[in-house]
Amino acid sequence: MSETVISAKALTKRFAGFTAVDAISFDVRKGEIFGFLGANGAGKTTAMRMLCGLSLPSSGEARVAGYDVYRQTELIKRNIGYMSQKFSLYEDLTVKENIEFYGGIYRLSDARIREKIRELLEQLQLGDQANSLVRSLPLGWKQKLAFSIAIVHDPAIVFLDEPTGGVDPIMRKEFWGMIYAAADRGITVFVTTHYMDEAEYCHRVSIMVDGRIEALDDPGTLIRQHGAASMDEVFLQLARKATRKE
Amino acid sequence: MIMKQLLVFVRKEWYHIWRDRRTLLILIGMPIIQIVLYGFALTNEVKNSNIAVLDAAQDASSIPLVQEIAASRYFHLLRYIHSPRDIEGVFRKGKIRMAIVIPRDFRNDLLHTNHAQVQLIADASDPNTANTLTNYAVAIINTYQSSLNVDQSLPYSIHTQLRMLYNPELKGAYNFVPGVMAMVLMLVCAMMTSISIVKEKEMGTMEVILVSPLKPFRIVIAKTIPYLLISFVNIVTILLLSVYALDVPIAGSLVLLVAESLLFTGLSLSIGILISNSTRSQQTAMFTSMMSLFLPTLIFSGFLFPVENMPVPLQVIANVVPAKWYFIIVKDVMIKGAGFEAVWKETLVLAGMMTVLLGISIRNFKIRLT
Amino acid sequence: MRTLRFLLQKELRQMRRDPAIWRILFLMPVIQLLILPLAADYEVKNINLSVTDHDRSVYSQLLVRKVIASGYFRLTDYSPGFGTALRAVERDKADLILEIPPRWDRDLIKDGSATLFIAVNAINGVKAGLGAAYLQGIIQDYNAEVRAKWLAPARMNPQPVIEVQYSDWFNPHMNYRFFMVPGILVMLLTMIGSSFASNNIVREIELGTIEQINVSPIRKVHFILGKLIPFWLLSMLILTVGLILARVVFGIVPLGHYATIYLFAGVYLLSILGLGLLMSTYAQTQQQSMLVSFFITMIFNLMSGLYTPVESMPEWGQWIARLTPVSYFIQVMRMVVLKGSGVADIVPHILAVLGFAVVFNGWAILNYKKRRG
Repeated sequence: MSETVISAKALTKRFAGFTAVDAISFDVRKGEIFGFLGANGAGKTTAMRMLCGLSLPSSGEARVAGYDVYRQTELIKRNIGYMSQKFSLYEDLTVKENIEFYGGIYRLSDARIREKIRELLEQLQLGDQANSLVRSLPLGWKQKLAFSIAIVHDPAIVFLDEPTGGVDPIMRKEFWGMIYAAADRGITVFVTTHYMDEAEYCHRVSIMVDGRIEALDDPGTLIRQHGAASMDEVFLQLARKATRKE
Repeated sequence: MIMKQLLVFVRKEWYHIWRDRRTLLILIGMPIIQIVLYGFALTNEVKNSNIAVLDAAQDASSIPLVQEIAASRYFHLLRYIHSPRDIEGVFRKGKIRMAIVIPRDFRNDLLHTNHAQVQLIADASDPNTANTLTNYAVAIINTYQSSLNVDQSLPYSIHTQLRMLYNPELKGAYNFVPGVMAMVLMLVCAMMTSISIVKEKEMGTMEVILVSPLKPFRIVIAKTIPYLLISFVNIVTILLLSVYALDVPIAGSLVLLVAESLLFTGLSLSIGILISNSTRSQQTAMFTSMMSLFLPTLIFSGFLFPVENMPVPLQVIANVVPAKWYFIIVKDVMIKGAGFEAVWKETLVLAGMMTVLLGISIRNFKIRLT
Repeated sequence: MRTLRFLLQKELRQMRRDPAIWRILFLMPVIQLLILPLAADYEVKNINLSVTDHDRSVYSQLLVRKVIASGYFRLTDYSPGFGTALRAVERDKADLILEIPPRWDRDLIKDGSATLFIAVNAINGVKAGLGAAYLQGIIQDYNAEVRAKWLAPARMNPQPVIEVQYSDWFNPHMNYRFFMVPGILVMLLTMIGSSFASNNIVREIELGTIEQINVSPIRKVHFILGKLIPFWLLSMLILTVGLILARVVFGIVPLGHYATIYLFAGVYLLSILGLGLLMSTYAQTQQQSMLVSFFITMIFNLMSGLYTPVESMPEWGQWIARLTPVSYFIQVMRMVVLKGSGVADIVPHILAVLGFAVVFNGWAILNYKKRRG
């Protein structure tokens, strides 16, 4: 029923004399919203990069969308979407041009691209700004557009790296509405975030400390287990044990 | 108190630069490479020029003449050609700069009519080289001609005694070294300083610094000090190399030379600051520096192209280029051995420029902080 | 292949919208091509002459007049003694001193020989050399005239004389601009091609936009082509503008075909852009890439034969010139424009530059692979 779309077994990444990711293992099911939490320096970003095919693991195994992270990175890339906080859209291109570019990069046909342009403009109510440079959009709209474009090719999984940084709470709620809609369509969402209230929106979360996964379960269970009042407290309890600073 | 704050900033700036080994290496190595190239490889002198010879005579008179020419260090006999039709082709292939044609009856003409001809065809693409090569060839031919004569000196001969001043061996280095100094200082100080300041703006760390207790303009000064240091190292390196590797002595006062160089450095730094004020991206800073500094310095300082040859409007523009004045100062002090009395005018110009530029920068900086 | 189409579309759109690029890319060539050739005149002329005439005879004054009439010299100083003349040289008011000793004409007539003294400011060796040569040439001419006048024709002994006929091909007006402008155009293309290409990619790395590319299914080759092709097109455009300027402003019309130039330029640009790419794989910041580009371009310029002849360089210098793609383009430009060389003549040059292109681009791609791991 629920197939596994991401599976990691003892996944490890070592740099010269330093183990950034220490034999982590976990599975993510199709349609899940999986929160990947941890302090800066805990190894989140490194782990995510391995799953996206951006860096080769030192040891261990992982399969993403059914493909092996060692030998099939090109296939992985075709089947995932990605949105990072630093950058997602080209500011000096228009809204339409961005959709067109990413659609083309992800091998959508010309007809499908035109369709998607219409769809996205309508969904996001950006019809009037179709030909405005992305630079002129307010941050919240940029994030929403970036997310829509990240899944323009209906990938199996979408990786989101701190997607709601710097955005006001109302926008964040709307953004998460989009995430839920995507999950309902069967797109698995792998999201890292600092906002602990967002952690509670996820189906399951994992918390990384010093390169290892210290907790992995749905938020409710974690809160109960740690006798905490919120995910915030759970996180603080676990993060305090960290020996690694950023 | 202010000094201590300033020092903290200077230290931070220094760390930035020190940690970027590659850039540092280039900044220090560049003058060395330039001096080596200019001193040993680049010269406007003409030698080893490839020539071709069409000796239709191949007789007892022509062969020694050709040998004389080929033996000269100015020429390198690349090949013999056998027909006038080949001449153009060989030029077209870009292989030779001059062709010498000796007609079939060379020896006969010489012995029986006392009058023979030799034809020189020069590739005038480069007019100076063509002139020089022609001059050299004619000189060799004349010498050969005199050797044919029974020893008789011509009546009523005017002899000339030639003396080369300041640079008896006609070493190109004497002209290049001052130019290299100007270029390197201008480049390191102005361009690198402006890029370094703009980088903070581009990366967004400028605001952080501006909120610190140090006055903004002092921050800028702090940024320039490490480059001042590097420039000083460069000046010393260039002078050392010139004296010991290129045999270009410092004829005048070392103190005066260094003092003038520091003045020029200060001026370059001021320009760098001015540029950084008006650009927002590193790329623009670099290209603005190149356009308004490097190129004008290269063109108008006078070390590559003689300023007096330029059309008058360009000569006027040359006056605005600081490097032109600095070049004169270095030539006068270092090579001619002149003292301050000879260069006070140029020094005044440089000092004036620096004051004006700093003034503008300070004013602009106060007005605009983003 | 479709990916490439979208990449190019994006790059070209971005390029079109970047005002800095247009300003720099077209302003720079225009200014350089207009000002540099006007300034770059190595011809030795307007030599400032200081004359110290202790003789003041009819003949010495005739000599001086003849020297001035030649057009090479300007009489800027007439000194009573050598000391004053020397000071004129020190102050850069004179480049050359001609000193005529007292009783010069009487010595010549009575003894049959007399000496003149010439002192030259030799800081600029070429100027000094040619200046002295011109002056001596004029003096020799004067000598021949005087001799012919004073000697009865019968008394002239027949001496074997080798008459030298010289002609200058390919630049009959001895115009320095014809020599410099093609070279400057080449240098321009080189600077722009390599440094902009290199900087563009480093910029993406520095700003982080490259992550998004890395995570997408864009193939390395396509990405690199997506960067190369727009710059290639842009450079060809600049070449065209430059050639038009050369024709309209300086009247430089190539003896050979424009097509030959474009053919070579196309291949050459591949090598230069490849070099830019290569540099970008080694640079960590924009600052570094700009400085490295600048440094390498500077060496190329110096060693390419643009300003100083390659043959005059020592062996090791000539080897550096041979390893510099720019030297080949400079040669080709001058050959095609001034001598009318054709494609057959430049085959070795094309092959050399093609070799560079393969090496640079290949090396860059190898480096890029490693960085991603």
